[in-house]
Amino acid sequence: MIRFRLERRETTSRWLPIFTTIGAVLVALLMGAILLAYGGLNPMVAYGQMFKVGFAESYSVSDTLVKSTPLLLAGLGVSIAFRMRLWNIGAEGQLLMGAWAATGVALFILPETTPRFIMLAAMSIAGFAAGAFWGVIPGWLKAKMGVNEIISSLMLTYVATFFINYFVFGPWAVGGFPLTKKFPRNAWFPRLLDWADAIPFFRGMTAHIGFFYGVVAAILLYILFKHSKWGYELKVIGDNPEAARYAGMNISRTVILTMVISGGLAGLAGMSEVAGVVHRLQENFSPGYGFTAIIVAWLARLNPLAMIIVAYLFGGLLVGGDAIQPAGIPLMIQGMIMFCVISAELFTKYRIRIKRNAPLTEVSHG
Amino acid sequence: MDETLIFIFTIIGAGLRTGTPLLFATSGALINERAGVLNLGVEGMMLVGALGGFAISYATGNPWLGVAGGMLAGGILSILHGFVSISLRGDQVVSGLALVFMGRGITSVFGSRYVEIRDVPRLPTIELPFMKSIPVIGESILDPLFGSQNIVFYIGLLTVPAVWFLINRTRPGLYMRAVGDYPAAADSVGINVLGQRYLWVFVGGLFAGLAGASLSLAITPLWIEDLTAGQGWIAVGLVIFASWNPWRAALGAYIFGALRRMPLDLQAVAWLPFASNPILGVWLDMIPYLFTILALVISSREATRQRLGAPLALGQPYVRGERGL
Repeated sequence: MIRFRLERRETTSRWLPIFTTIGAVLVALLMGAILLAYGGLNPMVAYGQMFKVGFAESYSVSDTLVKSTPLLLAGLGVSIAFRMRLWNIGAEGQLLMGAWAATGVALFILPETTPRFIMLAAMSIAGFAAGAFWGVIPGWLKAKMGVNEIISSLMLTYVATFFINYFVFGPWAVGGFPLTKKFPRNAWFPRLLDWADAIPFFRGMTAHIGFFYGVVAAILLYILFKHSKWGYELKVIGDNPEAARYAGMNISRTVILTMVISGGLAGLAGMSEVAGVVHRLQENFSPGYGFTAIIVAWLARLNPLAMIIVAYLFGGLLVGGDAIQPAGIPLMIQGMIMFCVISAELFTKYRIRIKRNAPLTEVSHG
Repeated sequence: MDETLIFIFTIIGAGLRTGTPLLFATSGALINERAGVLNLGVEGMMLVGALGGFAISYATGNPWLGVAGGMLAGGILSILHGFVSISLRGDQVVSGLALVFMGRGITSVFGSRYVEIRDVPRLPTIELPFMKSIPVIGESILDPLFGSQNIVFYIGLLTVPAVWFLINRTRPGLYMRAVGDYPAAADSVGINVLGQRYLWVFVGGLFAGLAGASLSLAITPLWIEDLTAGQGWIAVGLVIFASWNPWRAALGAYIFGALRRMPLDLQAVAWLPFASNPILGVWLDMIPYLFTILALVISSREATRQRLGAPLALGQPYVRGERGL
């Protein structure tokens, strides 16, 4: 009789998590293929089309960068909270609020003639602040009253959706459509195609400067995690809150500060979407970037630099997903990937021993 | 006067009906949490239950087969969560989140062909015309409440005491609580901890599937993408609000149902013109979600005064011989 037994690993090699993650993604794609085939679709054709449009065509890089920008910013945002095992899953709502505030600044507060740099800076600050505000509500409720942040942050996402709808259907609507008027040019993020006269290759490429925001944020966070007191506290509180308390860390303050930055980055993702892509606020402008960002953060194992790559790959998945029917395929694959990655964690924590004729009394030891 | 009374109780009756799917979902989440497994994937399981129920009812013409299929769909998805969180000892929060993504994705892929369908065989409404003839309270109170309710409403009413009885007065319920509170002790007296947890996670999935199917076959009898609109998450929140007690869970579900339904009913009120204004109406639509947060705040206030009924080993994988409860 063959018996499997799990033994806890004492040490984990550096490469093991990377290999298991890649393996998990492959397994997820395989499972997705089986489901697609079961639903009467040809998985090879669907995957092939997605890969081609997402990664292999001349506009792929630019289009994929566009989609990966909000994923990267919001993914960095949620990863900060996840580091201290604070489950901010309301990034979508924080993103919406950031987009709302940036729109308000661009259309209703600053005059059209505001210089571009000041305009974009003001919009960025407003976007960050609104996202931070929406994030700090669950943070404050968690820190002061122990309210479960998973539920409260998600409920606030629904509230944010209705809030946005009020403005785009109501006072900000133009011509009876659920959208605001277009931003003045000064409120647009610079895009690659702006330089098409000098560099013809950029013609039609819509990638915008928002991705740089993401890269800069990733590098800053990497440094902060490694070298700042806050980064250290995040890790200690996440690993062992009791020890953190004994060490005299102010957990409430760290929770609130973390949610400010976490929500702020998601808000910046929303600002970057309206300034870089849609150039107005409209209903359903985000296809759930804030939710996909959760998977991106998890897949990158909360490492900010790895997140740049993972966000890019998921951006490609979304671009490719837009090219095929039915529209839910990327969402389904995302769910599968998340499942397989979390399952694969087992292999990084435990070693599987196969025993023949193992005595029945044996127990695993810790 | 009678008009007003009828109106008020019609609203309450509609609220009770609207809260019924949430009642099922909350009961299910409560059951698997009592066994020590946190399943945040209720939203995903509800969605596959709703679509599964809808599709099977449409294909077979029998809504009860649809309910069975929807329950099974929720159950199957929950087993996946069980496998990750019980056998593979994965993080239950992340696995539950993955379940939601998966449920949304699967129903989005397979549901697109059902969106246009309106003539699906539905669960029956039970007409009780004699309610009207009961003296004094019949016409103005009982008839609007019970005169014409869908059968799932009555199933919901029966579920609450049944779940309470199961948890507190039966041997399987004792095992459920044992593996949820003291898994190591349960193990030492020969209870199969992992098997029990699988069982109750599956039961929780069946309930979530029932919640979804009752939504798509009775309460909002149609299929659209994201039909549940966050109700699965609200169920998870209500379990905390209910401090793991089925009676309080029912109370929360019904209040939520009433709040969710109210914007629709208030449109008929002449002196509340803003309710029928679709632009201002969105403020009313926010109320149920804000209520959920408020409910959590209230229950956390109580938590400071008394030790609440959270299962002691909630969210912790059980590994024989390792530290922990």
